[in-house]
Amino acid sequence: MPLELAETSDPSAVDQEYLWTLNFGPQHPATHTTLRLVLTLDGENVLDATPHIGYLHSGFEKLGEHLDFNQYVTIVDRMNYISPMANEISWHHAIEKLLGIEVTPRCKYVRTILAELMRIHDHLLNVGAVALDLGAFTAFLYAFTQRERIYDIAEYASGQRFHSSYTRVGGVLFDVNNDWADKVRKFVEGFKPVHAELHRLLTRNRIFIDRTKGIGVLTAEDANNWSVTGPLARASGVVRDLRKDEPYLAYPDLDFKVVCARGGDCYSRYMVRMQEMQESLKIIEQAVENIPAGPINIDHLSDVTLPAKPAVYRSIEGLIQHFEVLMPNRGFPVPLEEVYGATESPNGELGFYIVGDGTTRAYRARTRPPSFIHFAIFPHLIRGHSLSDVVAVLGSLNIIAAELDR
Amino acid sequence: MVSLAELQAEFGPEIAESAFRDNRRIHVPAEKLYAVLAWLKESRGFDMLVDVTAVDYLEYPGATDRFHVIYLLLNMSSKERLIVKTALNPPELELRSVVPLWKGADWMEREVYDMFGVTFAGHPDLRRILMPEEFTAFPLRKDYPRKGLGERHNFPVITRAES
Repeated sequence: MPLELAETSDPSAVDQEYLWTLNFGPQHPATHTTLRLVLTLDGENVLDATPHIGYLHSGFEKLGEHLDFNQYVTIVDRMNYISPMANEISWHHAIEKLLGIEVTPRCKYVRTILAELMRIHDHLLNVGAVALDLGAFTAFLYAFTQRERIYDIAEYASGQRFHSSYTRVGGVLFDVNNDWADKVRKFVEGFKPVHAELHRLLTRNRIFIDRTKGIGVLTAEDANNWSVTGPLARASGVVRDLRKDEPYLAYPDLDFKVVCARGGDCYSRYMVRMQEMQESLKIIEQAVENIPAGPINIDHLSDVTLPAKPAVYRSIEGLIQHFEVLMPNRGFPVPLEEVYGATESPNGELGFYIVGDGTTRAYRARTRPPSFIHFAIFPHLIRGHSLSDVVAVLGSLNIIAAELDR
Repeated sequence: MVSLAELQAEFGPEIAESAFRDNRRIHVPAEKLYAVLAWLKESRGFDMLVDVTAVDYLEYPGATDRFHVIYLLLNMSSKERLIVKTALNPPELELRSVVPLWKGADWMEREVYDMFGVTFAGHPDLRRILMPEEFTAFPLRKDYPRKGLGERHNFPVITRAES
């Protein structure tokens, strides 16, 4: 006799008694950072999810109105701390757009190399963490060893391993040298076999495919309607990459492809990230061989950059300029205007809407944080999936709570 | 490319335009905002809302309006960007929600409400998003001090016995 099954998948039936409410986070191993979800479950099926965010809110945008353009770079570092330099580059990209500064060719190349290293940095963590959450521990360890190499490169350039605060208005903190370039070359060579190994560990791993294929599908129309950008949108077939569409830094000179997939599921997002790492390697290889000679900062007697130390110690102009930039009541002229500048961060379009009021502090420093916008689609993606898919979808969105909450 | 003449023909002469670097901005009065945004989406293909934000011009040199709410639009096929700005003055801090046009506006409008106190009529779930529910002030307004108004000290603490 066939069993009479009740219709249980009606999402409007949220007040029915058999439904479970599960609190997922804010402290949960699979959320990685501090975010909280309230899930409505029917057995193991997720009927609805309500994200509660704000646990890490620390008023970054308010601070941005009180710190000057060079000081605030230490704060943007802490937004997406998985790829800190990508934030710095984006912040100063917007500031330089406001001030109308064109950085030197050398600076463009160095920033491009760092931005691409950060893309690998971010994607490695994401690929590793997704695999870890789905039970594949080895890939995570391989990814993290390589991340350590990138930290070394960042430390060699800036003196700081994690929150490097490396960029400055019109340039960077220190120039790089040939040893640094060698370190980058060595990393590229060492990373290639590890990338192949990651592919071997995951790409055709049946358990991994079963857990990710067809899970959390996002269509291209939905991606646009929900403002999704970056690898998530590209995994849904949206061909958009600011590096190509609105070229900045040294990207117009370099040869690379925009990686896209059609599936829109967690597996496609994984594949897009893996392939983007390959393209980033290509960019780094080209850029590191072609770093132009010349100064890294714009003219040291322009009024926005700190002069080099020899100029400060040996010339009166340099000393005056040093104080002009650093003293809180001095500074340089900033237009009474507002500007939106965006770059392609590893997570998507990272933009800053900056209002200048004539001083060297932003009047308003709005961040367009990709994590915040991507987390909003989570309930849409998870409805109808099972509880174990929550981790897979959450991992594939790559939510960084510090950027989510700012 | 959307020309100012087209917009003025459609919505009247109050629509103004300004530009800085590669940013193009359209200034729209608050009561016509939804119509303009809907027209831009439906007939001009601005199918992505990149961001919604606001600026409090309380201390800004020479500003006439208190708030501006800013919509950053993007046309995905022509890659054209457009910024739509609208001015708001207290006590009437309300706009019509654009969630029916772009679902992505949901959290962005919640954040603007949370930080500036601008409400959005017709929003499906207009709650605070980053600050706690009990919070009463709007932290990104310019009259809110950086150190806060003592919320930290008066924060409700739940003891183990009460929980």
